[in-house]
Amino acid sequence: MNTKCAECDGPINVPNDVIVGEIVSCRDCGVEYEVSEIRGGVALLKPAETVEEDWGE
Amino acid sequence: MLQLTILFDRLRWEEKALKKEGENEGCEASLLDAKGLVLEVSTPRKQNSLGDLALQRCISHYRALYLTKILENMSLEVVNSSAVTENCGNKLLTTLLLGKARIPTPKTYIALTPDTVPQAAEALGFPLVMKPMTGSWGRMVSLARDGETLQSMVELREQLQNPAEHMYYLQEFVKRPPRDIRAVVAGDEIAACVYRYAPEGEWRTNVARGGISKAFKPDEELQELIHRAAQAVGGGVLGVDAMESRDGYLIHEVNNTVEFKGAQSATQGSIPRKIIKYVLSRGKK
Repeated sequence: MNTKCAECDGPINVPNDVIVGEIVSCRDCGVEYEVSEIRGGVALLKPAETVEEDWGE
Repeated sequence: MLQLTILFDRLRWEEKALKKEGENEGCEASLLDAKGLVLEVSTPRKQNSLGDLALQRCISHYRALYLTKILENMSLEVVNSSAVTENCGNKLLTTLLLGKARIPTPKTYIALTPDTVPQAAEALGFPLVMKPMTGSWGRMVSLARDGETLQSMVELREQLQNPAEHMYYLQEFVKRPPRDIRAVVAGDEIAACVYRYAPEGEWRTNVARGGISKAFKPDEELQELIHRAAQAVGGGVLGVDAMESRDGYLIHEVNNTVEFKGAQSATQGSIPRKIIKYVLSRGKK
């Protein structure tokens, strides 16, 4: 399952067993996307949240 | 069948491994993206869709804290509890609790204004470490070797909008080997214990910064300290961090949303299985 980066048009490799919520990233520019939905075998992506000050363990 | 909800806001290997182990242990485990939740909070009504028991895995501290408080108000058992989340998510609170429990921890000062930072630095001596009170992965953890560097760090921090960043958590720089210790604790069990080696050119050992894990068996003294530190913050599923100082072990951090991918890569037994067994035992109480 492959798609293109909205930022740079580069390739994004989406594993076939991906599930909603997983993070994928563009191989070219590194922008991260979150899988928001899987419809008809196609993963729909939205921009992933970026690191906030309170993120961590 | 017990329904376990694993709450997340960024789905990682850990959450998927926990779900799999939950299913292996015979419960109905589901992953729930906390970012999509809208909850009525004016009445403490339990929402059936949230199951019998929740495992809090959100990486945003405030999201985890507030959501856990809401769920507890609905009488849902959440691991870790909001009290533990609060105690671990704020380095000042963790230090206060470790100190109160007489657990050896690095000498730490708080300066409540930028003007009093030099006084705290004088008491600690250089080099010293400045840490944000909230957040982890070594982010914004800075080493000041002298007063000029410290002053620059303070000036940069003063530019941040968050008023909590205008209070200063300053800690002695502990002379230690180029490694620290991470113990993954699940209730009364140490699920894994690893050394974390700092990568080349880095003094911080966080796996998020490229630190390398190597498993080892903690001696009795360290085991006791790990258990006491976990209990000091309220107990649960925790990552207890320790250092080997010249004067013995020091506990410097306890993490409430412990990441264990690095530790698992160096450990034989299944860490998520041990965590899930503990979490499910909490659901049966």
